[in-house]
Amino acid sequence: MDTLFSGLQILAQWDVLMALVIGSIGGVVIGALPGVGPAVAIAILLPATFAFEPIVGLTLLLGIYGSSMYGGAIPAILINTPGTPVNALTTYDGYPMTKRKEGHRALSLAYTASFFGGIFSVICLILLAPLLALVAPHFGSREIFLAAFMGILLVVVAHRGQTFAAGMLTCFGIFLNTVGLEPVKYTKRFTFDQSWLSSGFDLIVVVLGLFALSQAFLLLIEKDHAPGDAHVQGSMLSGVKELLGIKRIATVSSSLGVLMGMIPGVGEFTAQFLSYTYAQKTSKTPDAFGNGSPEGLVASEAANNAVPGAAMIPLLALGIPGEALTAMMLSVFYVHNVIPGPQLFETQLDFVMALYLALILLNLIVLVFLLFSTNLLLKIIQIPTRFLGMMILTLSFIGVYSLRNSITDCAIAAGFGVLGLILKRLNLPIVPIILGMVLGGIMEVKLRAAMAAVKTPIDFISRPIAAIIFVMIIGILVLHIRTLIREQKAKQKPEPVGPDYEHSSQQG
Amino acid sequence: MTRIKYFQELFQRYRRPGDLVFAVVFLLFALFLLSQLGEQTKWVKRTKWFGQPALWPSIAVWGMVIFGAFHLLGSIVSPRIYGRLKEVVFWLRSLEYVLYFLVYVAIVPLCGYLPSTILFALFLTLRAGFRRPQHLTLAALFAVCVALIFRGFLQVKIPAGEIYQYLPEAVRAFALSYL
Repeated sequence: MDTLFSGLQILAQWDVLMALVIGSIGGVVIGALPGVGPAVAIAILLPATFAFEPIVGLTLLLGIYGSSMYGGAIPAILINTPGTPVNALTTYDGYPMTKRKEGHRALSLAYTASFFGGIFSVICLILLAPLLALVAPHFGSREIFLAAFMGILLVVVAHRGQTFAAGMLTCFGIFLNTVGLEPVKYTKRFTFDQSWLSSGFDLIVVVLGLFALSQAFLLLIEKDHAPGDAHVQGSMLSGVKELLGIKRIATVSSSLGVLMGMIPGVGEFTAQFLSYTYAQKTSKTPDAFGNGSPEGLVASEAANNAVPGAAMIPLLALGIPGEALTAMMLSVFYVHNVIPGPQLFETQLDFVMALYLALILLNLIVLVFLLFSTNLLLKIIQIPTRFLGMMILTLSFIGVYSLRNSITDCAIAAGFGVLGLILKRLNLPIVPIILGMVLGGIMEVKLRAAMAAVKTPIDFISRPIAAIIFVMIIGILVLHIRTLIREQKAKQKPEPVGPDYEHSSQQG
Repeated sequence: MTRIKYFQELFQRYRRPGDLVFAVVFLLFALFLLSQLGEQTKWVKRTKWFGQPALWPSIAVWGMVIFGAFHLLGSIVSPRIYGRLKEVVFWLRSLEYVLYFLVYVAIVPLCGYLPSTILFALFLTLRAGFRRPQHLTLAALFAVCVALIFRGFLQVKIPAGEIYQYLPEAVRAFALSYL
């Protein structure tokens, strides 16, 4: 209770609250704009947050992360264009409802489901915090190495149908992290005697290139289009009553969101896939899924909004980001010399609590904002895409240049911008590169530290938590191979050919 | 024949035009890195394997080569999609905007953040095909807001323009700090 109270005290500062309001409302607007997304916004704002206290910077970024999916549901439901990639599943049931003149119902249900998912996840986190504080100190170097390795493995196998691409891009990320002067033996790695390569590739420069600049280039080159006009009428609170009727699906979906958020390398897509499948299998009307089922809509929105809160767990407790957005947040910690990890839960639980409470407030602010401003947002999202491209490119400059005032950084970011554009056009995933860079660095440091105390290979997994993670890694591999074999067998059986399903590989 | 068909089914995957080009270029890049592995990284004496500076670059580069080779194999055995050249041209068109961006980067320390941003935003708006006065006004307004919020209010680290030195004394100090 004391920690909860001191968490509240941390939060009750004007700059933190201001960051929370700006982040939450900004996140909704950014999420509602198709073509921007939280990753672009976080990448651009990241260097600007370095000047603030860690709690202020993190609250701002967390605000954008946690609220963007609320905003993303608006164009997904009303104009069949997901605002953020994770809202793609929402279009399946949301847009058919709009076509049936139930747009208002769908939107209000999406808001309440998102709110339920968000609050549910924070309550789980607050309840879990003492347990985490108990377990976190048992995570030593070998456990963190294994957890990071599991994250790498999951990010590769979670990209179904693109495992090789995800694998090669993850390895590319690990490679990028190794370039430059190595800090232990002071040897040069892949610098080709070029001074600009000696300091290596900065994560923020790469992130800005891959997410922000690539998106700006893409929007500027592609044909210009502006989302169509739409309008909703009526109270947005009507979804509360309907949600109570399907609270089982909302609870299970949120739980899956929390679980998938906690596991590094998994995230929103898997949580949505599992909750949607569960909702469809247990529904009395499974055929309605994909044709405007309120249950499907709730499954999608509750699951994706439960992820951001849970994704903070591996980041805060182990210092391991589970996906691109938390990987970016990690750099806020590093800049302020706050190293997230087990000791954070031991010594700064109030800081962690403040972040959790910020998440609750964020959900409340967003809900209140959306109750009154949905129609205003529908006007904002009509910005032509090329104009949006101009805006992103202009803003990206601040992100890259303000880091070190380096023209080289800008040139490198532009290079990664072109790479990001190619990957987006090919629908190949970008996240593995970022996670490879971050987790690769963690694995290198932790392996070196862990092996000092290891005499035989079995020592590495002799501690209980290390053994559990090791069993999980083996389990993931076995399950993946089993799924591949099953898929292959199913492919060989003649079956009716359905429409091609293509989902976006882009996250954030 | 059945074996070849099975092999194809095993590696076939969803693709978009240009996938083969990217797969080839990526594998060539990975092979180039592999050829440089001995030259560009060192195995140090009296250091165990886990502390070797060359360990992680080796894991990464070998991973790139192996996964990249399988990715390319997948591209080769999948049905051909037309529009490859058009797609590559699309990728190359982004270089035009890279050039504009780098010119903007180069002129900021000379002309100052506010004037350069206004010029850049107006130029890009025109280049993107918006000619109407309201679009241009909006672009200029956006540029002014960005410059004032980030450099003026948030004090983001961007150097003052050399051109500001020639401003009248009354405005110079303000411009050097906030514009």
